[in-house]
Amino acid sequence: MTNEKKLTQAFVSALSIDEAQVVDSLQYNTIKEWDSTAHMVLIAELEDAFDVMLDTDDIIDMSSVAKAKTILQRYDVEFSD
Amino acid sequence: MLTDREPHLPEIIEEVLGLPVYELLQADKSAYLLPVFNQLHVHHTQQCASYFNAFSSHGSQFKTISELPFVAVRLFKLLNLKSVSEDKVTKCLLSSGTTGSTPSKVYLDAVTSRWQSKALVKIMQQFLGKQRLPMLIIDSPPQTSDGSLNARAAGIQGLGLFGRHHTYALNSDMSINWKAIEQFSAKFANVPTLIFGFTFMVWQHFILELQRTGKQVNLPQGHLFHSGGWKKLAAQEVDNTTFKQVVKRTVGISQVTNFYGMAEQVGSVFMECERGFLHAPVTADIIIRNPYNFKVCARGERGLVQVLSVLPYSYPGFSILTEDLGTLRGTDDCQCGRKGNYFTLHGRLPKVEIRGCSDTSQSPLS
Ligand SMILES: [Zn+2]
Repeated sequence: MTNEKKLTQAFVSALSIDEAQVVDSLQYNTIKEWDSTAHMVLIAELEDAFDVMLDTDDIIDMSSVAKAKTILQRYDVEFSD
Repeated sequence: MLTDREPHLPEIIEEVLGLPVYELLQADKSAYLLPVFNQLHVHHTQQCASYFNAFSSHGSQFKTISELPFVAVRLFKLLNLKSVSEDKVTKCLLSSGTTGSTPSKVYLDAVTSRWQSKALVKIMQQFLGKQRLPMLIIDSPPQTSDGSLNARAAGIQGLGLFGRHHTYALNSDMSINWKAIEQFSAKFANVPTLIFGFTFMVWQHFILELQRTGKQVNLPQGHLFHSGGWKKLAAQEVDNTTFKQVVKRTVGISQVTNFYGMAEQVGSVFMECERGFLHAPVTADIIIRNPYNFKVCARGERGLVQVLSVLPYSYPGFSILTEDLGTLRGTDDCQCGRKGNYFTLHGRLPKVEIRGCSDTSQSPLS
């Protein structure tokens, strides 16, 4: 599975949203499914999917799908786009 | 002084969040925060009718932080105080506090929520670093919510940012979930762990229960953070020192940190330092006031705690007079090295005195 695909799956599973909704511009707290509770589920999903340990700054900074990619890249997770 | 464009209030609040949490000397901090509070006052005057009615006559540019108006904390129970339109509200925080059945209502928008998380993270990082630790929560698992969030769940969620493998130590009937605790302590006995609970819950449903049953829980590398007032414990004659001693004896935890915070000012909490004093972070400040004439108390003098925070943007709660009693212990010179004001708490003001307060109130909201 590509990293893009893994990321999308993590969002779909943590937020219970459609794959089509997982686009770079999707922002935290702008849809009811991505609230603070779901955010922590998302963090756990991402940690599992990419085998990384995210810190508290990462959690606060992860304000969009695009930002999630940027943060994961710091942990050497590569995205093609 | 004149610039092309006055920076917008949200940008200024973001700037405060970027400052070191405990390094500013009080004089510098006050000079920095005064214009922020003045802008918050203007913002709420413009956006909240109840706030306007009570305080617009007080002026708009105050010369010191102590001149700023303050809202009595119980007003959040009586009125729906908000400074954003209904469609901007993302969360309503409900807090029943320790007494009374009418809950406080705190209306949050996306940006205020985000600042609250950020402020709490910055403060907690001073004690825990950036890492997240296995977390034992001395509470029952949250019930499925109906959109509004109670303050207890919100508190757990806030601290939950610092945890992983979140484990709830209590069942929904407040009995101890022995299996969960045993698994947690077996797995994480030799690594640092984060333990969080509300002071009374930790005492009543964890510590006393462990003593009663004689069961052992050993988390020597645990760091317990707890908050939520001493009123119920004072009735059992348990103070901060006793609490620490008994926690150490019962669960082997020597790192115990109390903090003072409230649903009406989530995020900018006052953490206890190694010397046992509560410190104002850069995003907040305290003033101790005489309960009868509201004059600012001198260092060492007991009075009502007024809390100020730069975070409340979606509701007019940046300056609140609490019903808690405290004493300013000093400024800039705590032996722990943190700068700014530090204080201690003495529990709640008796009911009679609160009534005395409102008789002499200066304005409808104080
Ligand atoms: Zn100190």
